[in-house]
Amino acid sequence: MPYISVSDLHFSYPNYTHALQGVDLDIDLGEFIAIMGENGAGKTTLVKHFNGLLKPQTGNVIVDGADTRKVTVAQLSKNVGYVFQNPLYQLFSETVGKELELGLRSMNFSDQEKKDRIDEVLIALGIERFRDRHPLMLSEGERKSVAIASVLVMDPKVLIVDEPTLALDLLEKKRLSNVLTRLHGEGRSIILVTHDVDFAFDHSERIVTMSRGKILADGPKEDVVNDNTLFDKAGLVEPQLFQLLKHFELSGVHTSDFSVKSVFQDIVKHTKKGEG
Amino acid sequence: MSVLSIEDLTYTYPNTQACALDNVSLNIEEGEFVLITGATGAGKTTLCRCMLGLIPHFFGGEMSGNVVILGNNTLDTQPSRLAAKVGMVFQNPEDQLIAMSVEEELAFGPENLGLPRDEIDKRIDEALNLVKINELRDRSPYELSSGQQQKVAIAAILAMRPEILILDEPTSMINPKSAVEIIEFLNALNKEEGVTTIITEHRLDSLVAFVDKIVILDRGTIWETGSPQEILSSDELLGIGISVPRIVQLANHMRKAGYKIESLPLTIEEAASIFRRL
Repeated sequence: MPYISVSDLHFSYPNYTHALQGVDLDIDLGEFIAIMGENGAGKTTLVKHFNGLLKPQTGNVIVDGADTRKVTVAQLSKNVGYVFQNPLYQLFSETVGKELELGLRSMNFSDQEKKDRIDEVLIALGIERFRDRHPLMLSEGERKSVAIASVLVMDPKVLIVDEPTLALDLLEKKRLSNVLTRLHGEGRSIILVTHDVDFAFDHSERIVTMSRGKILADGPKEDVVNDNTLFDKAGLVEPQLFQLLKHFELSGVHTSDFSVKSVFQDIVKHTKKGEG
Repeated sequence: MSVLSIEDLTYTYPNTQACALDNVSLNIEEGEFVLITGATGAGKTTLCRCMLGLIPHFFGGEMSGNVVILGNNTLDTQPSRLAAKVGMVFQNPEDQLIAMSVEEELAFGPENLGLPRDEIDKRIDEALNLVKINELRDRSPYELSSGQQQKVAIAAILAMRPEILILDEPTSMINPKSAVEIIEFLNALNKEEGVTTIITEHRLDSLVAFVDKIVILDRGTIWETGSPQEILSSDELLGIGISVPRIVQLANHMRKAGYKIESLPLTIEEAASIFRRL
């Protein structure tokens, strides 16, 4: 049975109907999945159902066997952690350490257990040195790490990161990449909501594209990217190096690794030097 | 003709120790399309604020050096006096959206310019079409997604028809296809109408083919200024946090492997034709 199971989910906001119009989606533990699509497609509305921030109006969302209508957000926070697009929406405390304690307040831990958990997460994310700093005094990338940490202290099985690379430069992205890879390696599911196609293809195995409240495509990334129309309809642009390979591999691109090193090998095969 | 000249600009925000900009000099000519990029904290947004005089008039702090825009020294020009000629799109659209509907938002600028009603209507229609947000006309800006808000913010500035456009990461939250369309539109506006355009961005993929000049900022100083060909061939860009487009990275990688690549590809088509000839 999938860890998260969404069936025929519909959702409307007061002034905007059809934010979601019949979404079906299953997510297993240990998956790394990217949800992509145009602005207003319903990506954030969908994932906010996974941790109970939104409850289905029609249809069902089942998380770890429980109907999300019947459990509280606090209960679900042990299953699914949601990191907001803008870290400022979720950072409230004077120091990073206190921020992390906030998440644990609703749980029955001894002081020692709390301290141990916080230490562990700060070390895991490499942000111990920020423990006594004010979240607002950190850079965008550092704040993003703190926002992830504040969710991770609850040790969720599924981590949703909403547009995590926004406003991050290349070096900060690299650090975020290491963190997500590590958390995925621990057996967690990572759900990445993003416009960053390179980042999505570098990390996820499965890609879901959305448009106007519906899922357009859902499958292994190599299948999804090769289906031209679906990618375009979802307001996306294929990774640059995929577009380049299309010029050389007319029968379809058979790789899903669009890193510079990998594509270099592919291109060399197509040059005279490579053939000789 | 120079439309923006920055000389020895050093600036420190109030209540901070380290300066955000350190001895920056930059000249921008009429009609140029200039990309300013750099890692977070490099000073991109601060530099934009200085161009419009928001620094020092709004933000305070300590500034030395001079910024002259369209002949006005910002030290003795209030930013509001520049509003008709210099349009700025802020990084966070929530910072500039004020009206209860998208239509009113777009009318706000032209109304303040004192334009007649029919001209205002014309400009609203035009701006909605240009950014392709006709269907958002009657929605409240506050209930839109952040990417949609960003499109509204861009449209609101375009309705003013400024001579100089300053855009601070204008497409950061916009889905890739729309972002490319907006960049292409800005390029057309620049090439056809001659609007001087200054843009800061992290995502360079679709921009490098259009811009005349790239300015790389690194921790408050200008690291290098030059044409895309000059700037992008440097090995060190990745190390200072610049997201060099992958086709350019690939070409640089091939150069190192001994392939002869005379000019760097800035579009997919250029890359395909260069690599095919090898």
